Amino acid sequence: MTEPVIYDIGRPGLCAMPFPAPDVPRAPLPDGMVRDELRLPEASQLDVVRHFTRLSALNHSIDKGFYPLGSCTMKYNPRINEDMARLAGFAGTHPMQDEEVAQGNLHLMFTLQEWLKEIGGFAGASLQPAAGAHGEFAGILMVRAYHLDRGDTQRRKILIPDSAHGTNPASTAMSGYSVVEIPSDSRGNVDLAALRAACDDHVAGLMLTNPNTLGLFDEHVQEVVDLVHGCGGLVYGDGANMNALLGIARPGDLGFDILHYNLHKTFGTPHGGGGPGSGPVAVCERLAHFLPGPIVERVDEGNPSLVRREPPEDGDLTYYHLVMPPKSIGRVKVFHGHMGIFVRAYAYIRMHGPDGLRRVAEHAVLNANYLQARVGQWFPIPQRDRICMHEFVAEGTVPGSDVRALDISKRLMDFGIHPPTNYFPLIVHEALMIEPTETESKATLDTFAAAMAQIAREAVEQPELLHQAPHTTPVSRMDEVKAARELVLSYWNVKQ
Amino acid sequence: MLEAIGAPSIDALFSDVPEAVRFPDLRLPAALTEMEVAAELTEIADWNLSTSQAPIFLGAGAYNHYIPSTVDHILRRGEFFTAYTPYQPEVSQGTLQAIFEYQSMICALTGMEVANASHYDGGTALAEAVLMAVNAGRGQRTRIVLSPTIHPQYRQVVRTYTQGMGLEIVGDEGSAADLAALLALVDSRTALLALQNPDFLGQLDNLDGLAQEVHARKALLCVVANPISLGLLKPPGEYGADIVLGEGQPLGIPLSFGGPYLGYLATRQQYVRRMAGRLVGQTADTQGRTGYVLTLSTREQHIRRDKATSNICTNQGLLALAATVYLATVGKCGLRQVAELCYHKAHYAASRINKLPSYAVCSAKPFFNEFVVRCPKAVSQINDFLLDEWNIIGGYDLGRDYTNLANHMLVAVTEMNTRDQIDELVTALTEVVL
Repeated sequence: MTEPVIYDIGRPGLCAMPFPAPDVPRAPLPDGMVRDELRLPEASQLDVVRHFTRLSALNHSIDKGFYPLGSCTMKYNPRINEDMARLAGFAGTHPMQDEEVAQGNLHLMFTLQEWLKEIGGFAGASLQPAAGAHGEFAGILMVRAYHLDRGDTQRRKILIPDSAHGTNPASTAMSGYSVVEIPSDSRGNVDLAALRAACDDHVAGLMLTNPNTLGLFDEHVQEVVDLVHGCGGLVYGDGANMNALLGIARPGDLGFDILHYNLHKTFGTPHGGGGPGSGPVAVCERLAHFLPGPIVERVDEGNPSLVRREPPEDGDLTYYHLVMPPKSIGRVKVFHGHMGIFVRAYAYIRMHGPDGLRRVAEHAVLNANYLQARVGQWFPIPQRDRICMHEFVAEGTVPGSDVRALDISKRLMDFGIHPPTNYFPLIVHEALMIEPTETESKATLDTFAAAMAQIAREAVEQPELLHQAPHTTPVSRMDEVKAARELVLSYWNVKQ
Repeated sequence: MLEAIGAPSIDALFSDVPEAVRFPDLRLPAALTEMEVAAELTEIADWNLSTSQAPIFLGAGAYNHYIPSTVDHILRRGEFFTAYTPYQPEVSQGTLQAIFEYQSMICALTGMEVANASHYDGGTALAEAVLMAVNAGRGQRTRIVLSPTIHPQYRQVVRTYTQGMGLEIVGDEGSAADLAALLALVDSRTALLALQNPDFLGQLDNLDGLAQEVHARKALLCVVANPISLGLLKPPGEYGADIVLGEGQPLGIPLSFGGPYLGYLATRQQYVRRMAGRLVGQTADTQGRTGYVLTLSTREQHIRRDKATSNICTNQGLLALAATVYLATVGKCGLRQVAELCYHKAHYAASRINKLPSYAVCSAKPFFNEFVVRCPKAVSQINDFLLDEWNIIGGYDLGRDYTNLANHMLVAVTEMNTRDQIDELVTALTEVVL
């Protein structure tokens, strides 16, 4: 089942949505600057709607089925959040409009900053970063700015455990630091001896994902943090796995200096097929002045005459401003951040409250451990003796069969299930990283476990079925070598 | 479930967490129901003034355009917005093909050969273009020349991104983009010359011949362009740009107080491996059926880690889809119409304002949908008056960014501004002075 490219639909002269004629006199067009041709589609409105509807049907999505994609936290995206972000009062506001007539936006942003600080145990927060990797980059730039501000210029290294997401070393390199990889120990923790050996006065900081990408809470997290602080470094927390910690532990209380949040993972905002995300950063007291900006500040005795619209609560003289922190690393993007995502995350936190957030983490961890116990019946799990957090990593191998993690992943598609993250983390052979999230029922988890059991049998009895999977998807396995070799990156390459 | 796990309680699952910090009491407000949250957020939204309630002449990098109803109907399909990045092509052909179509349309708009799947916004796209040019110069070229009439916040983002890289960023002092002076700064150590066209002040430059001069110095030319303007104007690819990028918000994306938006970036085939971000390529499945995959991922962080072209991972997928549906809906004919409407209405507004005794339109060059007005008073005072007395959101105060442009307002006009609104603005401006 394939769908033609939009350019091959319709016919010359069609226009799905014409605009009115100008209600002002036409001005002469600028000499020598007007283009001759414009190769855009010419289709009817029905053509356009049908085309994109058909395309949508080719996707797997959370709405359609289970999506146990490790480290991505593919939980249900509440529909009310979509409606709220589209309220004209939010969606129709211009980023440069006067603060006086944007107090609702600034109130919401300020409140979200406060909530994120409270959830993570931090003193300051900036909502500006657009995604997790962007928050990481901002975080490492703050590490750099902090040391330089103290005149501490010899620190050139960032320590990164071997289980880290690829964005960690990439963000570090973009900040001008070199990366020192720290191995994991046999229980999946940071190897303390290796860390101790790497800690010297050239260390700017450590980037730590905790729970890590094996889904394990580091058993020596306090020692790890203390070692890095002991040599004058800062500890950066990758918040990709915060879903396991809501109301369970605050990274700030554990001594982390910086943390980025993924609103699109932990706080239920949709992934959108690859964004938009939102990656706010929160920091401890000593780093608050370095935050990317602008951030929102509250003036409690603000001049009420400045507020054109009704203030938030009766008689409250609160007024909100956008400000640049005094030693800010600068702005990491244009304007103030992903407002549309902030509205969704606000609604999410507001509907959960403190107890609901703790239940999110509890059920995420319960679901993951339940699946670990079930899947562990058929597939090796390197750290099976440990309780996992919100996700776990299995090995995609079956004794007596040559099937690989890739084959198992593709076969799962035939059950209407999205494959787990595979071949990551790099430190596990044939890794299958499984994160069920708290929004899935036991019935769904059992269906997944049953599929895995069947696949384990098939791996031995009819391995070809797996090698050639998937069998029921719109297309079968794709020729990725051909894609990279021929590089057909647009319709215009096809036409050539 | 606990029995299957072999744990006595849910609390016992968290025994690895140090006891001293385990189970903090979060000081957050108690949970609300959906109905209550809807009421609360509706009230908060009401404290804002929205463009649905007041005519707006404010642009400065974000524009109030009409969004065809097809766009949000497609975006609201859960099959699109609740999907992840299309790493598994067999179950992601919808997202992948939409990105392929997006790449094709961006190439067509810009006159370039390849476009990636998106950046966070126009400013971060420019920062990534700088990194790309430095890499193309194999790190030997460390000077970046930026025109002062590139959006001030874009230039700030470039400085933030590059603060650890030891680059020399020059050219953007002052407010006048003098092409000859900028070109004179492009030397043998220069990796990139970047300009905006139409620039931040709305002005258009004929850049024919510039690329040849830049290439003679072995540097790259980057042009930042409003995509709506490309519905009417010569694409930068035609006058030799190496990288074309910009803010895709005008293509069907709501203003939403500044985000989420869409950075688009296109380049020439020879630089495709230097480009950051995701790329979709066409290929075939095992049965020979046409399909799409993410390709050249060996440039990316999840493979190359600290050697990657960029750290970008999550980008603006759903907004790229918005732009794709927008461009498919307005199509060849509609985009030209929108661009012309912006152009004619802006020129009508400028000619009327220019006739007012105390105001002058300062744009010496041709302009697209924005122009500079010299005002008799501080722009902030005029804007307060427009808002309080006329319920009009006025233009951008250029004095915020350019010291020599105090009392200068940047006025933006789009197809959404009716003749009546423009006439009302003119009347209101007259009264400011009285």
